[in-house]
Amino acid sequence: MDIQEYFSLVFSDYTLRTITLGTAILGAICGMLGSFAVLRKQSLLGDAISHAALPGIALAFMITGTKDTNLLLLGALVSGLIGTFWIRGMITKTHLKSDTALGLVLSLFFGFGMLLLTFIQKQPNANQAGLDKYLFGQAATLVEKDVTLMAIVTGMCLIIMLLFWKEFKILLFDADYTKTLGFNTRFIDILITFFIVLAIVLGLQTVGVVLMSAMLLAPAAAARQWTNKLSVMIFLAAIFGAFSGVFGTAISASQNNLSTGPVIVLVAAVFVFISFIFSPGRGILFKQIRFWQNRRDLKLQKTLQFMFDIAKGHEDISHPHAIKILNNFQGYTKGSLKKMEEKNWVEVEGQKWSLTHDGYTVAKNLYTQE
Amino acid sequence: MSAPQIEIQLIAAIVAIACAIPGVFLVLRKMALISDAISHSILPGIVIGFFLTEDLNSPLLILLAAITGVITVILVEAIQKTGLVKEDTAIGLVFPALFSIGVILIAKNANDVHLDVDAVLLGELAFAPFDRLLIAGIDVGPKSLWVMSLILSITIGLLIAFFKELKVSTFDAGLSSALGFSPVVLHYGLMSVSSVTVVGAFDAVGAVLVVALMIAPAATAYLLTSDLKKMLMLSIIFGVSSAIIGYWMAHLLDASISGSMTTVLGVVFLVVYLFAPNKGLIAVMYRQKQQRTEVSLLTFLLHLNNHTEESERHINHLQEHINWQRVRSKTVLDLAQKNNMITIVNSIVTLTPKGKEFTDLALEYIVTNKDEKIEHMKDDFFLFRG
Repeated sequence: MDIQEYFSLVFSDYTLRTITLGTAILGAICGMLGSFAVLRKQSLLGDAISHAALPGIALAFMITGTKDTNLLLLGALVSGLIGTFWIRGMITKTHLKSDTALGLVLSLFFGFGMLLLTFIQKQPNANQAGLDKYLFGQAATLVEKDVTLMAIVTGMCLIIMLLFWKEFKILLFDADYTKTLGFNTRFIDILITFFIVLAIVLGLQTVGVVLMSAMLLAPAAAARQWTNKLSVMIFLAAIFGAFSGVFGTAISASQNNLSTGPVIVLVAAVFVFISFIFSPGRGILFKQIRFWQNRRDLKLQKTLQFMFDIAKGHEDISHPHAIKILNNFQGYTKGSLKKMEEKNWVEVEGQKWSLTHDGYTVAKNLYTQE
Repeated sequence: MSAPQIEIQLIAAIVAIACAIPGVFLVLRKMALISDAISHSILPGIVIGFFLTEDLNSPLLILLAAITGVITVILVEAIQKTGLVKEDTAIGLVFPALFSIGVILIAKNANDVHLDVDAVLLGELAFAPFDRLLIAGIDVGPKSLWVMSLILSITIGLLIAFFKELKVSTFDAGLSSALGFSPVVLHYGLMSVSSVTVVGAFDAVGAVLVVALMIAPAATAYLLTSDLKKMLMLSIIFGVSSAIIGYWMAHLLDASISGSMTTVLGVVFLVVYLFAPNKGLIAVMYRQKQQRTEVSLLTFLLHLNNHTEESERHINHLQEHINWQRVRSKTVLDLAQKNNMITIVNSIVTLTPKGKEFTDLALEYIVTNKDEKIEHMKDDFFLFRG
């Protein structure tokens, strides 16, 4: 199946439609909530929580004995939240830093989860196969019920975000000020964190434990490059996320042996890469161009200043001087003289140059900021 | 114990030591998550190495994978330098992308490669003794034992040779460069050693659990000591003992060895986290509670010092004026009375001479912020110990 065929099938084929819709919604919600995570400098929280969710899945299975997705995800949610609050406890109560706390929760919970999973695999009831799909995710196992759940959570999350928009925003940018205004910062904080954990847990089934953090980060990091406004950033991140989901699914469906999760992550990484380079305000390309422009302008100005120093000794500022004397000055080239002539700063006649009135005023005010 | 069992424990112990040493420095340099990033992003290096060599323990593969690890660090730093995103975001962007490339490479070549992602992520220590190293046809032991021993001896050699430099650059990068030890060289040295260790160990314990072996022993030791040498020793002890206990637990439960090693590490960390003498959770909470009471006591004494009128010094007035709960007022009153700082006559509180003296000293300290005023009180009070 090639990509064209995929797009013609998306609307008619049940499985493809469900998966595409699922990954798109997942991408959107991850982008939205990921924006908060990125701006709160909690980028790697996603990585830690997605790993921390694993023992929850295993325990939920051990207790209930069913493979009902919702129950397993509930277990994941609980253990993800425990992990999150333990991370916070470690950072606030001990001198361990956030990177250590994140790394600890990530690896310890995951290891414990692995212990439980291997333990379950050795148990006699053969019902357990497939639990390890949560490691790497299998978009193909998405059914309509899962997509509905995702849609409901996304809707809830949108409503809460709109209701608490002001609080979320102010907490994001100035936590102390928020506190002095009398907002319950603890509650708002927990609310945001809860939704981030929820989004991560939802994504486990599709992209898996390992790649979930990129789902959360990449769209937000890409969106950040295009705007300085929170609402625009969240909107853009949701769009980037949704497109990564759709394109990723399309590419992986059109090739053999390509799991969806990694492809989605790579598509999102391409979005980030493009944003890093081509965004007009912050992108590397335009930054470099601006840098070159500034350097050229500065060179011209330095030459002008040099000319000004020569010219100001004469009564007539437009008294012609030999071009030769400029050769001692480093910033001078034939090109720069031509540029200055274009700007009407100097006039060139044969082997002589003279400062114009415009050039004189510009040079005079060069360092006075007028 | 059979021979393979001894060999497995030996490998586990060596891996634990080899991970603990760079782990200590990563934790101290606040770069613990770099180990996570490296452990994931070496996957494409391993896969490409495996295409070339068909052997998970070949030196070429280890070299290629270790180079991928160092490239990860360079990429993360390059992204940080652009200033477009924060440091942690840079880490979070780089390693999933590289990991995805690895997963896709494996998936696309699934037919010719006997390498699956589970094995890379989780490792299987139980199989390690079956891959023997043959020298001139003689069996000299499991390959991974030799590989890890080599890595460990290089690590220890470098640690002893550059201990002073590492110490200085870890705690004071500025001083280190002023003294002429380039922090950059040491940084990349440490990154290379970590990278090589992760690559060597992933085969035995898997990519994620390498992270546990690096961070957990170091973090546990860090809660118990502030001395670098002691911290190194302690984390080695924690690492090795968890590895061996973990092995036997896995044996008992018939479950994944690496998973149970991590679980033991987790339990050890949890116990230390709760009960460590000075930095543990319980100690910290106790200290904070004491400090709260002492601040209350001080506030109370200052209040008494300010008011001579009886209405302001009535016991019941405290609740209204300083806005304390009943229990809190009672605790503070009891504490003050026990220390002979106040007397209570007919529910009217009065400062004793000792209380007055204490209050004056405390006041002077608050005003001048000079330590010598309260030097002799430090033994009795948490608050002034800083």
